Amino acid sequence: MMYDDTIAAIATPPGEGGIGIVRISGKDALHILERIFVPARPGPWKPYRMRYGHVVDRQGARVDEALAVFMRGPRSFTAEDTAEISVHGGPLVVEQVLQQALAAGARAANPGEFTMRAFLNGRIDLTQAEATLDIITARTTTALALAEAQLEGWLSRELRRIRDLLMDPLAYCTALVDFPEDEVEPQDIETPLTTAVQALDALVATAQQGIIYRQGARATLVGRPNAGKSSLLNALLRIDRAIVTPIPGTTRDTLEETANLGGVPVVLTDTAGITESADPVERLGVERSRRAIALADLLLLVVDGTLQPADDDREMAILTRGKRTILTVNKIDLIGGADAVQECVTSMRCFYEDARGAPFDAMVAVSALTGQGLDALGATIARLLLGESSPADGRLVTNARHRDALARAADHARDALDGFRRGVSPDLLAVDLTAAINAIGEVTGETVGDDLLHAIFSRFCIGK
Amino acid sequence: MYSVHPYIYDIIVIGAGHAGCEAAHAAARMGCRTLLLTIDLDKLAHMSCNPSIGGPAKGHLVREIDALGGLMGRVTDRTFIQIRLLNESKGPAVQAPRAQADKRLYAKVMKETLETTPNLDLRQAMVERIILPQPLRRNGSDTPSNHLEGILPGHYAVVTHTRRVYQSRALVLTTGTFLRGRAITGDAIWGAGRAGEAPAIALGEDLAALGFPLVRLKTGTPPRIDARTIDFSQTSVQHGSPTPLFFGHYYRTLGQTPPEPAFTGAPAHAYPEPFLDSWRPQLPCYLVHTTPEFHEIVRRNLHRAPLFSGIIEGVGPRYCPSIEDKIVRFADKERHGLFLEPEGWSTNEVYVQGCNTSLPEDVQWAMLRSIPALRRVELMRIGYAIEYDALATGEIAADMSSRRAPGLFFAGQINGTTGYEEAAAQGLMAGINAARFIQGKPPVILRRDEAYIGVLIDDLVTKEIREPYRMFTSRAEHRLLLRADNADLRLTPLAGELGLVDRERVEAVERKREEKERLLSLLRGRRLFPSAAINARLSEAGIAPLSSEMSAEDVLRRPEVRYEQLRQALDLPLCDGDIAEQVEIEAKYGGYLQKQQREVERLRRMESRRIPPDFDFAALRGLRNEARQTLQRFRPATVGQAARLAGINPADVAILIVALERRGRDIAVDARPGA
Repeated sequence: MMYDDTIAAIATPPGEGGIGIVRISGKDALHILERIFVPARPGPWKPYRMRYGHVVDRQGARVDEALAVFMRGPRSFTAEDTAEISVHGGPLVVEQVLQQALAAGARAANPGEFTMRAFLNGRIDLTQAEATLDIITARTTTALALAEAQLEGWLSRELRRIRDLLMDPLAYCTALVDFPEDEVEPQDIETPLTTAVQALDALVATAQQGIIYRQGARATLVGRPNAGKSSLLNALLRIDRAIVTPIPGTTRDTLEETANLGGVPVVLTDTAGITESADPVERLGVERSRRAIALADLLLLVVDGTLQPADDDREMAILTRGKRTILTVNKIDLIGGADAVQECVTSMRCFYEDARGAPFDAMVAVSALTGQGLDALGATIARLLLGESSPADGRLVTNARHRDALARAADHARDALDGFRRGVSPDLLAVDLTAAINAIGEVTGETVGDDLLHAIFSRFCIGK
Repeated sequence: MYSVHPYIYDIIVIGAGHAGCEAAHAAARMGCRTLLLTIDLDKLAHMSCNPSIGGPAKGHLVREIDALGGLMGRVTDRTFIQIRLLNESKGPAVQAPRAQADKRLYAKVMKETLETTPNLDLRQAMVERIILPQPLRRNGSDTPSNHLEGILPGHYAVVTHTRRVYQSRALVLTTGTFLRGRAITGDAIWGAGRAGEAPAIALGEDLAALGFPLVRLKTGTPPRIDARTIDFSQTSVQHGSPTPLFFGHYYRTLGQTPPEPAFTGAPAHAYPEPFLDSWRPQLPCYLVHTTPEFHEIVRRNLHRAPLFSGIIEGVGPRYCPSIEDKIVRFADKERHGLFLEPEGWSTNEVYVQGCNTSLPEDVQWAMLRSIPALRRVELMRIGYAIEYDALATGEIAADMSSRRAPGLFFAGQINGTTGYEEAAAQGLMAGINAARFIQGKPPVILRRDEAYIGVLIDDLVTKEIREPYRMFTSRAEHRLLLRADNADLRLTPLAGELGLVDRERVEAVERKREEKERLLSLLRGRRLFPSAAINARLSEAGIAPLSSEMSAEDVLRRPEVRYEQLRQALDLPLCDGDIAEQVEIEAKYGGYLQKQQREVERLRRMESRRIPPDFDFAALRGLRNEARQTLQRFRPATVGQAARLAGINPADVAILIVALERRGRDIAVDARPGA
């Protein structure tokens, strides 16, 4: 736990809207900040000065806009160099920022680790030490209890299977190295290694969904006022019987409600009409709407199926550019038969896609009034948020620290596989294989130890 | 009646096996007046098992012992009748020399070396009793004092079988398999330290009576056969290295001639010609295989095998299984390889490697005769299993000293290890730390990222030993950094500080390091463009042309490129083969080396955080009971050691760190003037 490295974690409580903060602490904090955050105005970092800019991924593509501050140790909470990045984001955005920090070299912090470092670096006094101890004990116990619940089940079984897949090649490579004079029968290591890489990748891929299941996602309804956004929002809430409380801090202009759609907690935001008024007070609401759009993980462009689209409506479509969007054609109860609905959806699609400049991610025809198509809409929202491969049995990695560890395990296993194909010698393959197994061990608690020797001696007849 | 020897030694070493010889030599070399006691002065550093030294991990240990000024490497270099580089086709970190030594000459050269070591007295005697300066520290009651008249206060004393008493300020126990040793073949059981030698019954009983907890371990050896009764035409021959290879790598660094072999003339007549004699006379080893008939004989006689009949109680090593064990556990394997290894230049005794057994003598004879090359074989010595006492885990600290008696050190098989190299490495460290104890200086503890010796000793103090412990490269998590080729760079400066090697040798190693760094930075700085001229010169030296700009180091990174080729193409400086090797390794494996180096740095802070010897683990708040017991039992000296203990999880470590920090601050507060 107490390493001399740089750690990162989400510092705000999970699940809430508003501002989310990712905190990075350790000697590489500034270096990592510089790699993942591009300030709007270039120049060196001045400590304690908040800067506006963008979080970027490894390819330099923008993840989201953000505010960031750098604090030079010992004048920080942990008394180490610390960076904090604030994004006004839904959980997904905050999570993505954290992933960028981890990809740039930080390690996911353990429970209580920031507090722990603050204590060890002398930022907290003796009386607080006791509290720190209790926090660590309590949080670790809770975390352990949670992890154990999952680790007794499918995740533990799956990780054990993957570990065994990696252990076979490792035992083989090690036997070759440690017993060069014994007859070690050739083993196929490519097959288990390939299977392990695929299985680890699949687990990591579920993490995105896992985080959505745990923390929810944000879908924003956009469209002209008469398109029926409010009634659609209420209708969507009705199909979820377990209506959740309104989120505090909601502005008058955007209404937020959480609905459970296909098992996913989705924060639905109804934007005030955007192009309605030139009144300065109203324009404030417009700004907020634009922000709601920026924050959304998914947009619902709601259009009235009974009206021919006008030029104003093009503006609406332009707002959805660069965002995953469902074209939602409302009021189909007022349109004749199925053929007519189909024809209407097609013409709407042509018009709005032209304005948007890209195809929609999905199209759904609904009636907020009669409830027609609402189930399909709910399912489509869930499908888009979770991706096509959403497993029905809910086998997801839901913990960011687990995800971090398993992603590293996958990378190490891939290095080993590549190395094997390039003809790298077994002792070097063993380095990557050991690293992969130890990364899995950060989740399960089992590292490479004496069981490696056991694996060798039970598989190979060895010994002078 | 007792008679007390008038001379007071600094250090007495009991036992002159591989551990004892290194311990005594190192202590004497560091200026301590040292006495080495052994049952038989003609069997110093005797190889009771295979007369083979080195191999992966073990060869690394020998190189490290050598780099620290120890004896094993250079005695082997004078006495090997064959040497080979194992793992030659694999990465540099696991390549290791392995030699076949002349058993008799090894003991002889070792004796000559120790006889000429200043400050060291050799004496033949069997020790029967140990007298401690004060009762052992135990949980609960103290053991009764066993004081003897005429012993100085605060001194250790040992009583020999002739009632002579020697005293010293520190004591190193290296008793090998002699403690209540019991050899077994079939239903024959006899007391033995090594085959043909009496065990140390009295000393074993004495240690138990003093209150040391002991465990029972088991190991075994194969039969030795007569070379005149081997049909060598039915074996496959395995020759030694065609090019010069030694354990001591300072000869070259210092520009010295490597040592001449201690044997001369022709080998024993029984071995067929030709012998490899290109750079040094060597004898080959020979490979044969077991047959279906062999397996059948073993199976038919399993009821007579002590391993299966329950006579043997001790735990044997998994990596050194008996042939009966191999045949039972790997029943579908049709044959097992057996190496026939001469035990010396001028003896007919041949060791049958891979054929450990405690089956009855008639079965050993019959099964070997089922092998075509051994149809007429005669046994010279039979194989046997041996059971002996070793200290239970948790008794020694990382400086090889007893946790219960300051000034008492343990090394070798008594600590639960197996292997000459493992014993010698511990002996060296016990000797060093006994001398440091006498000098009143802090102990020398090698870290896991510094040396295999560090890994070995750290494992001994943090792991439950359930079977005899042998070193493997896979036990060293930073093994790419701990190579046989860089042992001198890693350890010789330390040996210089300790007074184990002279100034000249340290300087030579430092020159080697500087030269390596200089060449590497030269290669890094040399930019090469894919011009026709450059590519022509590269092709001339046998290097594939460049397609883009790169540094000379990048070119050397290619697996097939050697420094010598690059030197010719680019007019780089001439350098010694050793240095070229270092440069090539750092270029080719740089990525992997950096990975491991980062890992080491990540762990270092935890590793270096010390736990005070009087730290009260019982009083730790919030710790699980299981974790508390483990910590109390092993009493880790650093947070790193604590984290490596089985059953200690990160939360336990966090609690420990917080408690250490709190204690540190309490002490700081108390120490304030007027507080």
